[in-house]
Amino acid sequence: MQSTAHDFKDNVGVALADANLQDSLAKLKVGFSERRREAAERLPEFEALRDCARDIKNHALENLDFYLEEFERKVTALGGHVHWAPTAEDARRIIAELCQSMGARTVAKSKSMVAEEIALNDHLESLGIAPIETDLGEYIIQLRHEPPSHIIAPAVHLTKDQVADTFFEHHRKLGFTRRLSERNDLVAEARHVLRQKFLDADVGLTGANFLVAETGSSMLVTNEGNADLSNTLPRMHIVLASIEKVIPTLEDAAVLLRVLARSATGQESSAYTTLNTGPKRPGDLDGPEHYHVVILDNGRSAVLGTEMQDMLRCIRCGACMNHCPVYGAIGGHAYGWVYPGPIGAVLTPQLIGVEEAANLPNASTFCGRCESVCPVRIPLPRLMRHWREREFERHLTPRAARQGLKLWSFIARRPRLYRALTALANRALSLFGRAEGRFHTLPLAGAWTRFRDFPAPPAGGTFHAQWSRRRP
Amino acid sequence: MSKSPSGSSAPPRRVALFVTCLVDLFRPSVGFAALKLLEDAGCTVEVPALQVCCGQPAYNSGDRATTRAIARQVIDAFAGYEAVVAPSGSCGGMLSHHYPGLFDDDPAMKARAQDLARRSYELMAFLVDVLGVAKVTARYDGAVTYHDSCSGLRELGVKTQPRRLLASVEGLSLREMKTPEVCCGFGGTFCVKYPEISNAMVGEKSADITAAGADTLLAGDLGCLMNMAGKLQREGRAVRVRHVAEVLAGMGDRPGIGEPDQGRR
Repeated sequence: MQSTAHDFKDNVGVALADANLQDSLAKLKVGFSERRREAAERLPEFEALRDCARDIKNHALENLDFYLEEFERKVTALGGHVHWAPTAEDARRIIAELCQSMGARTVAKSKSMVAEEIALNDHLESLGIAPIETDLGEYIIQLRHEPPSHIIAPAVHLTKDQVADTFFEHHRKLGFTRRLSERNDLVAEARHVLRQKFLDADVGLTGANFLVAETGSSMLVTNEGNADLSNTLPRMHIVLASIEKVIPTLEDAAVLLRVLARSATGQESSAYTTLNTGPKRPGDLDGPEHYHVVILDNGRSAVLGTEMQDMLRCIRCGACMNHCPVYGAIGGHAYGWVYPGPIGAVLTPQLIGVEEAANLPNASTFCGRCESVCPVRIPLPRLMRHWREREFERHLTPRAARQGLKLWSFIARRPRLYRALTALANRALSLFGRAEGRFHTLPLAGAWTRFRDFPAPPAGGTFHAQWSRRRP
Repeated sequence: MSKSPSGSSAPPRRVALFVTCLVDLFRPSVGFAALKLLEDAGCTVEVPALQVCCGQPAYNSGDRATTRAIARQVIDAFAGYEAVVAPSGSCGGMLSHHYPGLFDDDPAMKARAQDLARRSYELMAFLVDVLGVAKVTARYDGAVTYHDSCSGLRELGVKTQPRRLLASVEGLSLREMKTPEVCCGFGGTFCVKYPEISNAMVGEKSADITAAGADTLLAGDLGCLMNMAGKLQREGRAVRVRHVAEVLAGMGDRPGIGEPDQGRR
């Protein structure tokens, strides 16, 4: 998708003024974090499992070439095909050619963030192939021509009323002429509309939560079962996944699944966990005749072996954004690209360039809540700081900030000068501010005083001035 | 008001107070409160003259070279003390968790940074976990709510220590917020780089504080406290704001943060 990450500050203004979004975010902040906490508390070994999950992903990343080739061997032996896509463009081309080889008119898609990353829908549409999103959230935003705002709950920015309006507008022509207001009715209507589309689709396309090297299986978890229809009904199943999704064994998958669902939604496991292992075999009652796995790099391999490698452990549970106070204030669209929240602030600069996404790793207080809930213990604040360091080295840090920092640094490295200047500042602030105790406006502090008062120091001088008077 | 705390069996220690730049400039009483709490617990406290700032403004802006230069200065200033104690989880965490990583290419400096890291503490954690202080003798008539500042909470595990000590303050009751562990939106330079987001965060915090029904807000980090005090006061809320050390040291009768000071000269 087209990035608006460079307009981050403008996006923030829009998000903060959007009353519907703010309503939705208020619910998200409480709901997700409480459910995750309860799920973690119910499982005594949860913290130990997080360590295991981290170690499994680290091991896979350290031996990524081996496990990817192993996976390819297994898929090929099963009668499937693996396609390597170094770039987004390669992935789009490979998938389009596969669809065209089937003469496909429609593709049933189950939710895939990698498909968003490579802007697959636009590409297919430009070739006259209609992609049909079958995940309820993705279906809603597809109707509205919006990008997802969350990696596991793509329509979480919308209220129920907005969804009702969208369905009313789009389903009227299909004969659904009543505007619904109940959640269950909305789901039932979407199910009805989508069911025929599954049956009509020529190709099913899904993402993958894990690629299991030992069996050549792709593993997918959903709560709607839509992926199972997407990958069993059409004659061709295409799996689109990025390189870091590969893990060694099914046993590893079992560990990761246990932390994934709990971290994401607070469930013990997602409603559907599906393993796809090759095409339909002789004697199988259903399944696709053709099975293809497209594995995307798109800049990921460049972080292997660097200080940034930890970002590739991500299993896309969304816990970091569910617990992020910045995401909670502005929602996912403000980040301007596919992956929002703390993991987005780390991934996006890598995938679309730090110049474009320079704001994202800066828009964090480093509160550390993301890292504290990450099921694979990604040190997200540290990675964001690394990006800030790279921006500073490349002079992408805003000029005013650089100059302010330079001046501050000059003073902070000279304790006696620092002492003299802070004594002056303290005296001035105290003199002008202490009668009221605070400032409503203050030169050079407009960004602060626009929204808050600025506390004035009491009389008596700085701590160090008072200290040297007290104990000479 | 407060006398020496009981329950401490720790021997006197030579402790350096890391005042922190915000306390030095904006709220010296926090430094004196820390000093009193440490001395009451039997420590001999010194305030090294060459201390300035821990370097977080540079560190969090990606300026590693400046951060390293400042870290060297801090490491020199605090050489030789048994413990270095800061009335701040953020600055304490900078010394104890972040300095060593700055010197991966310089083994000698790294060893010195690790040595300082081992000796560095946040005030509440030092009093309770190291010195074994179980209570203070202080009085504060009012209901307080306590905000868990992020670095102290998540880097240093400061959570129960201040609450334990507050429980021993006469006249004080604690009313928890719904989400005391959610960031207040300060974040150092974040609050002026992204003022709208910061405002949304501190606005929500202010609502949570107000809903708790306490008359005083306490926390262990002055940056967060100034941010929350500024917002509460801009909104006209009647909540007073103090550093937890001030209340524990019996200095809770002074004007709160952002309140008028009649002044001595």
